[in-house]
Amino acid sequence: MTISAERPTEATAGTASPAGPRSGSSWTNRPGWMSQHLGTAIVLGFLGYVFGHWWGNYLASGYTYIANNGQNGVADFLGLLFMVIGWLLGIGALNYPILKLFGREPGEETPAPGLSRYFRYTLDHKVVGMQYVVGVLLFLFTGGLLAMAIRTELLNPTVHIFNPGTYIEIVSEHGTIMMMMATSIVVGPLGNYLVPLMIGSRRMAFPRVEAFSFWIFSAGYMVIFSALFYGGFPTGWTGYAPLQNQAGPGMISYLFGFAVIGIGMMSAGFNIAVTIVNYRAPGMTWSRVPMFVWSILATASLLTLATPVLFTAGLFGLLDHLVLTSLYVNEHGGSSYLWENLFWFFGHPEVYIMALPGFGIVAEIVPVFTRKPLFAYKVAAAGMMGVALLSFFVWQHHLFQSGINPDMRPLFMLTTELISIPTGFIYLVGMGSLYRGKMRLEVPMLFCLALYFNFLIGGITGVFLSDVPVNVTVHGSFFVLSHFHYTIMGGLVFAFMAGLYYWLPKMTGRMMNKKLGLWHFWTMFVFFNLTFFPMFIIGLLGQPRRVFEYAHNLQGLNDFSSISAFCLGASFLLFFWNLMYSMIINPKKAPANPWESLGLEWQTANPVPLYNFERIPVIVTEPYRYSEPGAPAYADFGGGTGAGAGTVGSSVQE
Amino acid sequence: MNNGSEMRRIVTAWVIVSVIGDLLWWFLVGPHIPPGNMTESAHWNQFDFNILAVTALPVVFMVWIWLGYAVVKWRDKPGVPDPVGGEAAKASRGVQAGWITITSIVVVSAAIYGTIALIGDHGSGGGEGPNPVWAPEGAIAANNAALAGKATWSPAGSQPLVVQVIAQQWKFTYRYPAFGGMETDRLLLPVNTEVVFDVTSLDVIHDFWAYQLSVKADANPGVNNVAFADTKQQGQFMVRCDELCGIWHGAMYNSGRILSKTAFMAWATKTEAQNAQNTKYLPPFAWTYTPDANGASGGLYPDGNVTPYSPYDVYGAKQPAA
Repeated sequence: MTISAERPTEATAGTASPAGPRSGSSWTNRPGWMSQHLGTAIVLGFLGYVFGHWWGNYLASGYTYIANNGQNGVADFLGLLFMVIGWLLGIGALNYPILKLFGREPGEETPAPGLSRYFRYTLDHKVVGMQYVVGVLLFLFTGGLLAMAIRTELLNPTVHIFNPGTYIEIVSEHGTIMMMMATSIVVGPLGNYLVPLMIGSRRMAFPRVEAFSFWIFSAGYMVIFSALFYGGFPTGWTGYAPLQNQAGPGMISYLFGFAVIGIGMMSAGFNIAVTIVNYRAPGMTWSRVPMFVWSILATASLLTLATPVLFTAGLFGLLDHLVLTSLYVNEHGGSSYLWENLFWFFGHPEVYIMALPGFGIVAEIVPVFTRKPLFAYKVAAAGMMGVALLSFFVWQHHLFQSGINPDMRPLFMLTTELISIPTGFIYLVGMGSLYRGKMRLEVPMLFCLALYFNFLIGGITGVFLSDVPVNVTVHGSFFVLSHFHYTIMGGLVFAFMAGLYYWLPKMTGRMMNKKLGLWHFWTMFVFFNLTFFPMFIIGLLGQPRRVFEYAHNLQGLNDFSSISAFCLGASFLLFFWNLMYSMIINPKKAPANPWESLGLEWQTANPVPLYNFERIPVIVTEPYRYSEPGAPAYADFGGGTGAGAGTVGSSVQE
Repeated sequence: MNNGSEMRRIVTAWVIVSVIGDLLWWFLVGPHIPPGNMTESAHWNQFDFNILAVTALPVVFMVWIWLGYAVVKWRDKPGVPDPVGGEAAKASRGVQAGWITITSIVVVSAAIYGTIALIGDHGSGGGEGPNPVWAPEGAIAANNAALAGKATWSPAGSQPLVVQVIAQQWKFTYRYPAFGGMETDRLLLPVNTEVVFDVTSLDVIHDFWAYQLSVKADANPGVNNVAFADTKQQGQFMVRCDELCGIWHGAMYNSGRILSKTAFMAWATKTEAQNAQNTKYLPPFAWTYTPDANGASGGLYPDGNVTPYSPYDVYGAKQPAA
């Protein structure tokens, strides 16, 4: 079928930059050391910190703001602020706006070839995606190590390895790092890399905003990590005031860190949402959009709309800390409920930011491995958007026992339980897609099945938590802790692994080793459940979260959980070994379409050309038409390149 | 095998497993589910948990059996027919409507039941804020009487006992307005009595969790958070802080005990007399303990003329004399 007549003229522009010709070469792309790259970012970030710290002391010397220590909070804050600014200046994120400010035209923006582009401010969404892979894995690894420390402390109820201050610092840092990581674990790497490929676009809508989102995300990592050097913060990831107001300088890292990460989340979400709405290939109507893209659209909407509240809450906290406002201090006219409301108004959509991309990945992958069309496509899309919408109306279920709006509890109980209806759609879709299929139990599929298993437990226990009478017993206990680990780790992280095993062959051109992958899957799945399932019982038996001492009769269960957690940690080492082995030590070239997928992302050439598609594809039918002989190809490439061009409609591809 | 017999097989397995699972849960596991039966709320919260559990188990079994069957039977191995794509493999309107209807009915029923349980059980032992909407009979009157300095309690009567829980880093103090406003660090309660807890904090947010009593209420500085418990059994119970409150949060726990009414009365009158020397220096009973400008370096004593529930009065304390 040839429908080139319908193709927009811009599609014929070949591989030239779609933004038009420019002259000169920008600092970010200049080869060699005389340019901007990670090294200059580190140097300028360091200098920024030193300058900010000096300036803070210059401005505010003679009075210290932070109780019980000699530090000047203004200096700590300005140090971090100028570190972030220096980092962004050093990497070149601010070149374009600064040049524009002075009326100068920026230089050529074609990314530098070779490995060095991964260490630069690169506007190619595929490079940003790969940068995010490394970024989120660094986050995950840091948070994971802290988790090991927590489980080590909990080996014994009364004999302690850490002092209580260090312990609470570790707990808080673990929670915060993991939450920050989880906001971006799928949207960052897979969303940025795959969305343009899956919607048939050559680029993101705002490539500079996209690159900015990664580099500020990485700055956020440094800011939150800096808390450890400032003595940590004692509030957990929820940062409740007035404990927040009482805390030392590490709290500044937390508040500013969330503000910085928040900017990254907003810019990533905004860019991706605009891209999905406006950059879909011709013919890709809303009923032809891949399910992964639907989930990323829902997530991006949440990132864009919910995060500003967190940003504001963080700024309020910084004001309380640094200029002695009392927004969160009851005694001086503020309210500790203000933080609780602002935080959870962001915090609950955040929970779905950490669930929806996982649903999208399984909905995308399951049809490939069952060789069946996605069951109930519209229900799946409606489910994701429904979850996203409802997630703004449930936040007070975190505050059932707080004494705030007690008469609103039935309403929030209802909205919270209602959200399990659209969440249930994901199960309808999954189970329907398995029905009488021909399942290939490859590693990505195993991770998808594990998501259905784990998230079921996480989701059902969520219904228990939303029930106010039961909440009286389980609120704030290990039961909650286990519940959200089952949803975020059992759901999202398992889905992320499914996504990595599934898409890394496309992203890197190399296959992950299957045998190591199977070992990784089974150890991760088994020890994840052995770690977290006992925590439901521990919680029911009365152990609150974030304690370093607990009842003696709970030691057996805690030890069981801790030892399983160490094995779970080891399973991640297996993953890292597999990653190193398959990508670097003994790389095996991946086939063009190893899973015989019909997805558009597999139809481009390998490695993916700079602008993805030689000609913009035209989408001619719905996705997922597996096992349907005679079905038309998903996309028409007009005879252009693309690994699978011409054979897209066939379910068999050598 | 045709569609029909395959579905019959799955449904049969599901029904059998669900019935067995639910029966086992209800009769073997359910009675041991916390928080037990020490108070009326504990009893009903346990019941509520078990209702949700027997509703949830069939859902869990449905997905597990489906996944298990799919992995064994619908996988890529010799003899398994190729899947059928196209329209036949898409969801029929009936299946979608059925799924949505059934999940909606289950979910809305759970919410309705939870609401009935919450209201019928006077907030289920959870913190109800300064103005509880679902209070047991006489509880509000008793609480107001306590504020007016007229709290009484005797083993013979049936009036509720008011206890103020004052949380601070990192301990709980309990105040008994019916016994001269005495303060203790042990929570002793009489059996078969409606207890009104006025929970507040001196510094940061804590959470008063009397585990076996099924009472959980955040202790917010400057705020009164009221919770109710109707004690039913004598015995020991655990009190823990359930909201992260700083480095010694993990060590913020103690235990309490429910005594017979006469034993409680004996203890209370004895302790009141013992503590009288100290109690006389305490401020009059108020909903909150708020530092104000009159105490040296932010003392902990509220003004005598504080009007409860008006944040301006509570927070805007008298200015120090010029």
